[in-house]
Amino acid sequence: MTVSCVSVALVYPELLGTYGDGGNATVLAQRLRWRGHPAEVVVVGPGGPLPATCDIYVVGGGEDLPQSLAARRLLEAAPLHRAVDAGAVVLAVCAGLQVLGESFVGPDGKPSTGLGLLGCVTTRGRGRRAVGELVVEPSARWSAQGLTTCSGFENHGGVTELLPGTEPVGTVRVGLGNKDGSVEGAVKGRVWGTYMHGPVLARNPALADLLLSWVVGELAPLDDTLPLALRQERLRNGPAERYPGRGRARAGLDLLARVAGRGWGR
Amino acid sequence: MAVAGAQGARPGGARLPARARLAVTAGNGLAHLSRLVGLGSGSVVGGHLVLAVDPSALSHLARGRRVMVVSGTNGKTTTTRLLAGALEAAGGTEVVTNLQGANLSTGVAAALAAGRPDLPAVLEVDEMWLDRLVGDLRPEVVVLLNLSRDQLDRNNEVRHVAQRWRQACQALAPGAVVVANADDPLVAWAAMGAGRVVWVGAGLGWRNDAAGCPACGASVAFGEDGHWACGGCGLSRPLPEVRVEGEGRGVAAGVVVRGPDGADSRHPLELELPGRCNRANAAVALAALVACGYDPGPALGAMARVREVAGRYARVEHAGVTARLLLAKNPAGWAEVFDMLAPAPGPVVVAVNARTADGHDPSWLWDVEFERLAGRPVVASGERYLDLSVRLHYAGVGHQGVEGLSAALSAAGGQVVDVVANYTAFHQLLAELRRAGEAGAPGAGGLGAGGPGAGR
Repeated sequence: MTVSCVSVALVYPELLGTYGDGGNATVLAQRLRWRGHPAEVVVVGPGGPLPATCDIYVVGGGEDLPQSLAARRLLEAAPLHRAVDAGAVVLAVCAGLQVLGESFVGPDGKPSTGLGLLGCVTTRGRGRRAVGELVVEPSARWSAQGLTTCSGFENHGGVTELLPGTEPVGTVRVGLGNKDGSVEGAVKGRVWGTYMHGPVLARNPALADLLLSWVVGELAPLDDTLPLALRQERLRNGPAERYPGRGRARAGLDLLARVAGRGWGR
Repeated sequence: MAVAGAQGARPGGARLPARARLAVTAGNGLAHLSRLVGLGSGSVVGGHLVLAVDPSALSHLARGRRVMVVSGTNGKTTTTRLLAGALEAAGGTEVVTNLQGANLSTGVAAALAAGRPDLPAVLEVDEMWLDRLVGDLRPEVVVLLNLSRDQLDRNNEVRHVAQRWRQACQALAPGAVVVANADDPLVAWAAMGAGRVVWVGAGLGWRNDAAGCPACGASVAFGEDGHWACGGCGLSRPLPEVRVEGEGRGVAAGVVVRGPDGADSRHPLELELPGRCNRANAAVALAALVACGYDPGPALGAMARVREVAGRYARVEHAGVTARLLLAKNPAGWAEVFDMLAPAPGPVVVAVNARTADGHDPSWLWDVEFERLAGRPVVASGERYLDLSVRLHYAGVGHQGVEGLSAALSAAGGQVVDVVANYTAFHQLLAELRRAGEAGAPGAGGLGAGGPGAGR
């Protein structure tokens, strides 16, 4: 494989960068550089055109109004569509996942057209926001490709339904994930959507390498002592932080508040 | 002398209704008991009881006195301290204030209950509580410093906080004055809802939460001189009446105040407190006093003498190491703190927790430019030191990981160590250092109780 510079586009961090998700771009580029692959992070502001020629696109979480502005920009000249058609990898987190779906909730509360790069529909959750540690067991397809139990932090009001042709990242062990604690994430082709902040690639180096392998092929191992120590610590302590004390009862209450809540979240 | 919340003279309470009087007596009694048994300052439990006995106690306690409130994501406690000290000096009066940083309704209630009812009050108010408290407190002055991402798991959208501030400003009593940072678009938009605003050019070290216009969502463009304007609706930076000038090396900083006649007067600003943000905090405090008609001279002198604020900026000896204590709890705070650090290769301990008061999600660490710590001995500490450690790892900053705070100080390997901690890590560190000091550790000292008059 030729060693050409891998470009990682950080898409509109001013609009979609509220939860430190820009860190995912840092992680991807560093893991390439440490292996001798040249890599660059291209930070793209909402004022300029988004290049359609990058290898990886990182789209982060954000607030309601900036989220819809970002969607509008991405729909105008469809740079992300062209990039995905050309085989680019996309990591879309939280609001990013929602924007890449068929539709999401606009700032006025009404459905807003998404990019349609993921087969999913996001609507406003009826209950309170899903906030807290999230643990996901990847589905067989991803674990066969080296993905291990994923740890992240979710913080979203919307609930996401998957449509045929788009599969989840895996099943939720702790937290709520897309909707009700069953599945988490949305993957279609090389577009990977997840609700996990953290940033997700800082906590889950195996996911970073899975996405990178789609671009550069097989990867040499790295010394991941520190990221794996963090992942272990989060998998050990995260569940109790989300559901202290009587874990299962609290988890049930959380689900109840989410599904049957009085609509006091967004 | 500042009268700290729970330690002031007992109020006469003669003008209070019976129920409020009972609330005050009960609350102060419980706070006193809490201190006696060593549970803490008692301001939170005391305040809870005050409000439980009389839910309208705040409005009774605030009536008949001058009330100034200070809010913002960063700099609340320091600005409150500067303003309280300046008001004492300028007004020749004692001041009631919530110095322990208890800034929700309970802390405010406890501070007011413990202080004499005729004294002016300078109160720090949590940014999420401002709209709920101004109705009761009916402040004469509302100081609005800045708004940025902080505790994202609780305050989901900083723009919604700005919205609530705007409503609070719109609901202020006629005659109230808002002293607001013109350089922060979120703050400026919120303050524009008020009848009377004194604009201060207090600067904005972190712009990533202000890129989208708070009014219409379009992009806000920033110019060289701090000017900003929205490309969509035309919202733009109000012209400041008060600004900080001459921040370069070798040039004495000063606060320039534009008088009602349009003429500028320049006041030298020589603070013990470090950093650009504290000069801005002092300028904001001065603007608040000038708006109330006070003479700037004594106020500036009082602010210049403040050396630490509830442990922040304190220098503490511990086990042969001099620790310089700094608080930074979000990316905007960190953007200011980098310039306060001793020059490289001065060692730095960074301590991070993620308890409720910190926010349970420390993802914000990835919005801090930790790459700037390269070339120093760095120790990652606190309950979430592993999150920090991974951030430093990817930033290419060599470091050690030591969870315990005192142990991290020793591990830093220097005579003087800068310690930057987020909220609960900072308080944990203060407690550890005080315990070590009380246990007679050699040279452990220099740390005030964080109470009244700290740093004088």
